[in-house]
Amino acid sequence: MEETKKTCLHDKHLALGALMSPFGGFDMPIQYAGITEEHNAVRNHCGVFDVSHMGEVNISGPDAEKYVNHIFTNDITNAPDGKIFYGMMCQEDGGTVDDLLVYKRGHNNFLLVINAANIDKDIAWIEAQSEGYEIAIVNLCNILGELAVQGPESEKIMETVLGINCSNLEFYTFEEMLLDGEHILVSRTGYTGEDGFEIYATHDIIRKLWDQLIESGQCAPCGLGCRDTLRFEVGLPLYGDELDENITPIMAGLGFFVKLDKPEFIGREALARQKSEGSTKKIVGIELLDRAIPRHGYEVLAPDDTIIGHITTGYRGISVDKSIAMALIDEPYTKQGTELKVKIHRKLFPAIVTSKKFYKKSYKK
Amino acid sequence: MNQIFYSETHEYARIDGNIAYIGISDFAQHALGNVVYVDMPETDDDITAGEDFGAVESVKAASDLIAPVSGTVIETNEELIDNPRLINEDAMANWIIKVEMSNPSELENLMNESAYKEFCKNESH
Repeated sequence: MEETKKTCLHDKHLALGALMSPFGGFDMPIQYAGITEEHNAVRNHCGVFDVSHMGEVNISGPDAEKYVNHIFTNDITNAPDGKIFYGMMCQEDGGTVDDLLVYKRGHNNFLLVINAANIDKDIAWIEAQSEGYEIAIVNLCNILGELAVQGPESEKIMETVLGINCSNLEFYTFEEMLLDGEHILVSRTGYTGEDGFEIYATHDIIRKLWDQLIESGQCAPCGLGCRDTLRFEVGLPLYGDELDENITPIMAGLGFFVKLDKPEFIGREALARQKSEGSTKKIVGIELLDRAIPRHGYEVLAPDDTIIGHITTGYRGISVDKSIAMALIDEPYTKQGTELKVKIHRKLFPAIVTSKKFYKKSYKK
Repeated sequence: MNQIFYSETHEYARIDGNIAYIGISDFAQHALGNVVYVDMPETDDDITAGEDFGAVESVKAASDLIAPVSGTVIETNEELIDNPRLINEDAMANWIIKVEMSNPSELENLMNESAYKEFCKNESH
């Protein structure tokens, strides 16, 4: 077993009395005051997450744009500096290696932000695909920390508490700036369905910014528990649940981020075929008519009790007071309004297929 | 006389004659956090000491309920269906099921109040 890694804020989580648990190879805070309290802080005010477990890889060099377009499903061609793209890296068969953000820092200079659990796998993948491309791959995972400041009050708190003015920053754009002489990167991004920012910087700066936010009393420390309930309610996927090496972006309903009109990228043929022929399984939203809670791995059944798939994420919604889930099920049952059953403990509960967007996002466009 | 016994899995049995009111201890509700759902058996179901008869669920996790005694469920606490957080407000008052015991001698395998307090002290270290 590999040793569990620690983020640069690990001691601060312990001092705050966080409940800690392994996630993606790191010992991470799951909750401080409680998942419900933290979830509501982000929906209504502001919360800060330590997301330093996320991985960062810089790709630069004469072939950088061509190379990123080769491994990435979204299209970064001729993008303006400061623009961010969400998309996936796929295998030849369309299965998902990881979902990631690509930050365009400059001409032929990109920052890739990848999932913690996939860091080793992704870096090996990125290196393996780079043959014949003139690029430099720099692993920044152990150098950069990351904070996510999220919620409707985040723009104000970034300015009043941290002295970072983000009012001109548009959704899915970023700026590299100096803060007290130190380099930081700030983007208007997040994983909660609320307005918010992510800050990338070296460990000392991340520690200082975290302290300022916590000491202000205006920004609740938030753990990965509510990060999951927040992203889930707005239908955002988590790698390992709604995406993996056997789940393509098309199956996950993420076709918008797969630009099939690009001349070439890994997985393009398989994904194009799946898009035109239809996939055999799809991720859907499910709502239970009862209070019982569908959880990851529970079986989903057709009206005739045959097993047609499984729950990928499920909760008693916090902002939506219903028992809701995302599930990977056989295509014939994926139409909204279809009646299904979910097996919870020993019993079968009636459920219906719904939209995955259980709660409306409120991004600043 | 109302006597309360506890199991090592943090269920209690409050005894009134041949009847046991079964719920989870205050220590357990605290460790679990906000209860969002209680999965209960039905009236007339038989439960067996040491086996699970339902679950209490927080946002993050489901945790099995293990029967401290054997018997037949004669009532379930219906109030918990719409208001599971009553368990957080007062775990001891808000029992989950009321059971007619089939073998009251099983109570000898459980802990009394002071033994349970000691047990929890060791659990939290």
